[in-house]
Amino acid sequence: MTGTGTAAVELQGVDKAFGSVRALAGVDLTIDAGEFVSLIGPSGCGKSTLLRVVADLEEPTAGSVAVAGTSARQARLDQRYGIAFQQAGLLDWRTVAENVELPLQVHGVGKAERRRRAAELLELVGLTEFAGSRPAELSGGMQQRVAIARALAPSPRLLLMDEPFGALDEMTRERMQAELLRIAGETGAAVLFVTHSIPEAVVLSDRVVVMSPRPGRITEIIAGRRPPVAADDLVPDSLDPEAVEDVRETGAFFEAVTAVREALRKGAATDGPAG
Amino acid sequence: MSADGSRAVGSGGAGGTGGVGSGGVGGSGGVGAVDAAGGVGGAGGVGAVVGRGRRFRGASVVVAPVLFGIAVLVLWQLVVTVGGLPAFLLPAPTAIAEQIGAQLPVILQTTAVTGGNALVGLVLGFVLGVLLAILAAGVRVVSDLITPVVLAASAIPIVALAPVFTTMFGSTTEIPRRLVVTVVVVVPVFVSTARGLRQVRPVHDELMVALAATRRQYTRFVRLPGAIPYVMTGLRLAAPAAVIAAIVAEYFGGLQNGLGSRISSAAANTAYARAWAFVAASIVLGLLFFLAGLLAERLVTRNRPGGAS
Repeated sequence: MTGTGTAAVELQGVDKAFGSVRALAGVDLTIDAGEFVSLIGPSGCGKSTLLRVVADLEEPTAGSVAVAGTSARQARLDQRYGIAFQQAGLLDWRTVAENVELPLQVHGVGKAERRRRAAELLELVGLTEFAGSRPAELSGGMQQRVAIARALAPSPRLLLMDEPFGALDEMTRERMQAELLRIAGETGAAVLFVTHSIPEAVVLSDRVVVMSPRPGRITEIIAGRRPPVAADDLVPDSLDPEAVEDVRETGAFFEAVTAVREALRKGAATDGPAG
Repeated sequence: MSADGSRAVGSGGAGGTGGVGSGGVGGSGGVGAVDAAGGVGGAGGVGAVVGRGRRFRGASVVVAPVLFGIAVLVLWQLVVTVGGLPAFLLPAPTAIAEQIGAQLPVILQTTAVTGGNALVGLVLGFVLGVLLAILAAGVRVVSDLITPVVLAASAIPIVALAPVFTTMFGSTTEIPRRLVVTVVVVVPVFVSTARGLRQVRPVHDELMVALAATRRQYTRFVRLPGAIPYVMTGLRLAAPAAVIAAIVAEYFGGLQNGLGSRISSAAANTAYARAWAFVAASIVLGLLFFLAGLLAERLVTRNRPGGAS
């Protein structure tokens, strides 16, 4: 419960070098509380590195990183963010519910409270009946939903997602996108979302951050077409999958997709002579 | 061809009964030749029976080896009685069975002693192997110190250790044999567990860092549970080795109350059938440990993907 005045993430002049490779150069980006921001760009543009810097899994070479008003390190130690990777990364030997409980267990939350929270989260992602199942019994999409529930366990105000739907088939992927929008709406968490897919970035995001490689940098920021949630009251299920489907068929959606695609192409063009 | 084979079975069987009746008087070379032909025919007959059993695949898994075992025993009996092999070369199965019956209380007692030694050594070596592997996985310096030593231990022939331990601890205690078993068990358990502890998937690694887990939590929640299938594999490999070590260790002095010492003393006293009776008990004991290890592995890993499921 951080103040709504504090930005979820604030990056200023962030540089990251791996040896002589400049993965990130002079990145400035602010993500407001509750805002959904996607990072998109070709491989090697540093979008994953940027997410990992926010998560304190990488240390920036230069610049400042603030997460929920504190340092990235402190935010990680306090479990101020939840994280989901391309692989669900569930622990095979634990039940679904025990996997969701893991972050709480690490932070010494009592057993009864963990149980209660896991049940609540599994209901949120629609997997209540699988609480006692093993991850191996679940489909890829279901496993990813468990991973999202796990990321949400400590009630973070920020969700970091590194291509979480990258390994899913197109139909499952679209369903998961609607699901994620509903969850983001219900929890009010800010989301930093790395993706390769232009339509995915547009349909999910308030803002789409376009990046280009060598050195990794932000070239353009384009308004996304995240469907509005009933703003006055956050009624659960206020965002149904059809609302997301409708967005995909509007002219504004196609305009935004075109804008992102052109921004990506421009980034690639300027990349050429720079070598 | 098949008619020829069945006739051969008949003649072989007849030869067999005749041989048993005449006892170990010793047959001529001619009888031996008939016996050999019968043996070949008999094997063909068994094959046909197994072929019919194939329709029930589950049953044939058990039936096939049992029938094969029986065939081998029959063949063995024929070779000895009809072929007139001297007892010191190979006693007949019937003679061995007779000895098993006569010596049953002693066999059970000595099996219990050797089995007990193997079990104590197995448990000790298992606990030690797992603990050392956890230590080595947690502390770099410990790993650098322990790993070469344990791997070198795998090159220690227990033959060399047994008499030394007996001198160290005296020949009136079970400690030397149990120590030998422990040394033999530690190695596969350590190696297997250490490998399991290194098998952490990168995504789990990242996750635990992102969750700000302590080193201890990381070991408890991710590394140890992930290593369990490997630990159990180590146990399965070590279990029959423990029996072998316990028996072989008895050949080199110390208490004379186990299977190994009975085998060597019976053989030294030219009581060959009795020696073989104890060998049979050793085989049963070894199989028992092997099956127990296998069962433990299956039970523990049954909920894992890639396991027995």
